[in-house]
Amino acid sequence: MFTLQTIRKDFPALAQKVYGKPLIYFDNAATTQKPTPVIAIVNEMNSLTNGNIHRAFHYLGNICTERYEEARETVRAFLNAPITEEIIFTSGTTAAINTVAFSFGERFVRANDEIVLTEAEHHSNIVPWQMLCNRKGAILKVLPINDDGSLSVKKLHQYLSKKTKLLCITQASNVLGVINPIKDIVAIAHAYGVPVLVDGAQGAAHGGIDIQDTHCDFYVFSGHKIYGPTGTGVLYGKQKLLNEMPPYQSGGEMIASVTFEQTTYAGLPLKFEAGTPNFTGVCGLKKAIDYVQELGWAHIKEQEEKLVCHAMQRLQEIDGLHIYGTTTPKTSLVSFNIDGIHPTDAAQLLDKMGIAARSGHLCADPLMHRFNVQGMLRFSFSFYNTTEEIDTAVDALKKIKQLLH
Amino acid sequence: MQIADLAQQIIDEFALFPDWMDKYEHLIELGKSLPPFDEKNKTEPHLIQGCQSRVWLNAAYEDGKIMFTADSDAIITKGIVSLLVRVFSGQPPQAIIDANLDFIEQIGLKENLSPTRSNGLLAMVKQMKMYALVFLNKQP
Repeated sequence: MFTLQTIRKDFPALAQKVYGKPLIYFDNAATTQKPTPVIAIVNEMNSLTNGNIHRAFHYLGNICTERYEEARETVRAFLNAPITEEIIFTSGTTAAINTVAFSFGERFVRANDEIVLTEAEHHSNIVPWQMLCNRKGAILKVLPINDDGSLSVKKLHQYLSKKTKLLCITQASNVLGVINPIKDIVAIAHAYGVPVLVDGAQGAAHGGIDIQDTHCDFYVFSGHKIYGPTGTGVLYGKQKLLNEMPPYQSGGEMIASVTFEQTTYAGLPLKFEAGTPNFTGVCGLKKAIDYVQELGWAHIKEQEEKLVCHAMQRLQEIDGLHIYGTTTPKTSLVSFNIDGIHPTDAAQLLDKMGIAARSGHLCADPLMHRFNVQGMLRFSFSFYNTTEEIDTAVDALKKIKQLLH
Repeated sequence: MQIADLAQQIIDEFALFPDWMDKYEHLIELGKSLPPFDEKNKTEPHLIQGCQSRVWLNAAYEDGKIMFTADSDAIITKGIVSLLVRVFSGQPPQAIIDANLDFIEQIGLKENLSPTRSNGLLAMVKQMKMYALVFLNKQP
């Protein structure tokens, strides 16, 4: 049986002090801390088991190749994807979205075609599509959200048409925490023949997705946001689409044969994994997925729900505090502002008190405009956080409010 | 007074507050007492890029000296701005260009006010030195 104490011991970073105060880490939506099995495998591979994958006949290269491909199978099972070759390793969510924006764009997007996004996307799921539209003369359409952060799914009908080439939507907002009804959204899009890319950057660590249940066409996430190493990420894509898309980056590993006249490309998944991939990190990502699955999504969700409910309740004790994203279901984060207090002032003072919170535009400028604010403060929790930490942070905010007024 | 003396004055002032909270309180007070910034100058060209909070900076050249005025919508940032205005405003361009900013680290808020932090300190200093360069080159 796991207890909060034993779980916290698995994360060495949580035991440290900052400015002489016990660290309270509330920036899990930006990056999560790593458990010991992840740290151990990365250390072991950096110090001993290091050989380049997919090319060497030697002992080390073979072990690394086996582990890397085992990791691919772990990710496939995690997402319940039908085919292992549909799992592409990337350096993160951003790289995965850029891969689709380029390759899918090259193959399928022409002038006057449309790409549909929502207002709740973070910059990584906006800018690559903007660039694609600029390249191709295509049009970006943005589905607005409601005041409580939810999407009006029915409104989608007004945004989809024969011209729509792709719908790109976040599984959960990194600002509002709001979880979108992906299965319903995919069903509507597919009725228009529109494929759907789901940005799982904020979804993967809270249960991932079931590809065969939701039928989404692309799913992307970052390893470092699900307790794995930085510089790792995943692009899931339907085999049929991936096969039709040209490679994004080129180089070693993604080729079948090369002459100076012509190169033929490797099949999936290597076609999209040019160069030596971050195999050490990917093996760490496997350990991270193993870790959360062993902990169990039911346990994780229960703990994270408890934390976010406790935070929403306690934060309301503070006069003039406004929470953004009040609809449910939501992930374990809460973004807010306090009247008369600039979020960066509060974040700097919280930092001094050992509390790592996020402030600013939260990589989602359009949402800041939507709510007419310069920035927000965000607490994002993980299953390893405690309600006592939240109490400490709320007390800290009360003190800060006094100081700044 | 020269930049180095003004900086030393600030270091001595902050040394009176041993506790970090009191240092911040002082910084906040300094921010609040910053001379008012002309609202009509709160425009895009006066906005400093690279700060999480909005910082406006304006400069005028009078008798071989640069007079800075500034403002921010965040109060701690405004406190930092007030320190920079205090040491730089009324100084000749060359002195501003040559100035080092060790004093910021020496006031005992190094963790929060070091230029590598995302508080925009570096961007503010850069912008002030840019003004100094421009005015220096405009000199007959």
